[in-house]
Amino acid sequence: MAKVLVVTSGKGGVGKTTSTAALGAALAQSGQNVVVVDFDVGLRNLDLIMGAERRVVYDLINVVQGDAKLAQALIRDKRVESLFLLPASQTRDKDALTPEGTARVVDELRERFDWVICDSPAGIERGATMAMYHADLAVVVTNPEVSSVRDSDRIIGLLDSKTARAEKGERIEKHLLLTRYDPIRAARGEMLKTEDVLEILSIPLLGIIPNSEEVLRASNLGSPVTLANPQSAPARAYFDAARRLMGETIEMNVPSERRGLMNKLFGRKVA
Amino acid sequence: MNLFSFFTRAGSAPVARNRLQILLAHERAMGGNADLVARLQEEILAVIAKHIAVDRDKVQVKLDRGNAVSTLEIDIEMPTPALATRN
Repeated sequence: MAKVLVVTSGKGGVGKTTSTAALGAALAQSGQNVVVVDFDVGLRNLDLIMGAERRVVYDLINVVQGDAKLAQALIRDKRVESLFLLPASQTRDKDALTPEGTARVVDELRERFDWVICDSPAGIERGATMAMYHADLAVVVTNPEVSSVRDSDRIIGLLDSKTARAEKGERIEKHLLLTRYDPIRAARGEMLKTEDVLEILSIPLLGIIPNSEEVLRASNLGSPVTLANPQSAPARAYFDAARRLMGETIEMNVPSERRGLMNKLFGRKVA
Repeated sequence: MNLFSFFTRAGSAPVARNRLQILLAHERAMGGNADLVARLQEEILAVIAKHIAVDRDKVQVKLDRGNAVSTLEIDIEMPTPALATRN
């Protein structure tokens, strides 16, 4: 049974695209058939984070409007063969995402894949509502920071009212993914703690992704962090989150970088 | 900041948590009613304008959302002649 998952947040820059790529790759690395779909029409970036920016021919809008077949627009990942990308259009605007067309494409994707992961644009307008409308479950990406938590609260409200499931009176599963977390600053009382964010948003926790330079490195390389450096702290956190999505019960912790002795002594980076 | 306050400085996270809890309690309660304050202001002004000419620039509206109660303060400066002629 295919699952449609939306990665959303309200606020921009909290790590939706990074998390879409990392969770999508992690699920595919464990053998699932996965497609990651970029709903950020006009400002596509998932192609760049996935390292497929030079292979885009057709996009989501072409398929929604019937100008291209789904199979023509899907880009197979070069590293993991069960991972596909459906890019967003860079030239059109979000009005081209018609509800009927989007519904047809999502249905078609459900037949071909185990996981359809929709990368939502920031904001609460059409692109974001289209990305969440067909979702069975949602990953709400939140930074431990006041504006991000407030926007996540707003998005949770929309998930509970403006999705197909909500309209049918059904529940939509919601999970919190706390990103850019710094356990040391949280312990010092300088940053909202996991418990604080959980208590305020009251949705179950999917994972805690530590703030890490590996995330920028992976995006520089055009590779999901779970592929770029599977041993790194954020990658391990994403692998755990992906396993929880598949129904496994794993103890919650914040992975930290494993540093060798030499690295500990000399590896401290300035800023 | 002196040396003492540097060592005893309390974390800012509890403040963030408090502010969020108060704000979100209000935003959730408001729901689709986010422009309630703006509408209240319009209607109250309309009632007053029926009786006296009010300068829109002389109206100040303040809202303070508290934990238990919120206050909406509407401060309208009424021209003295307007009142005087009525007496």
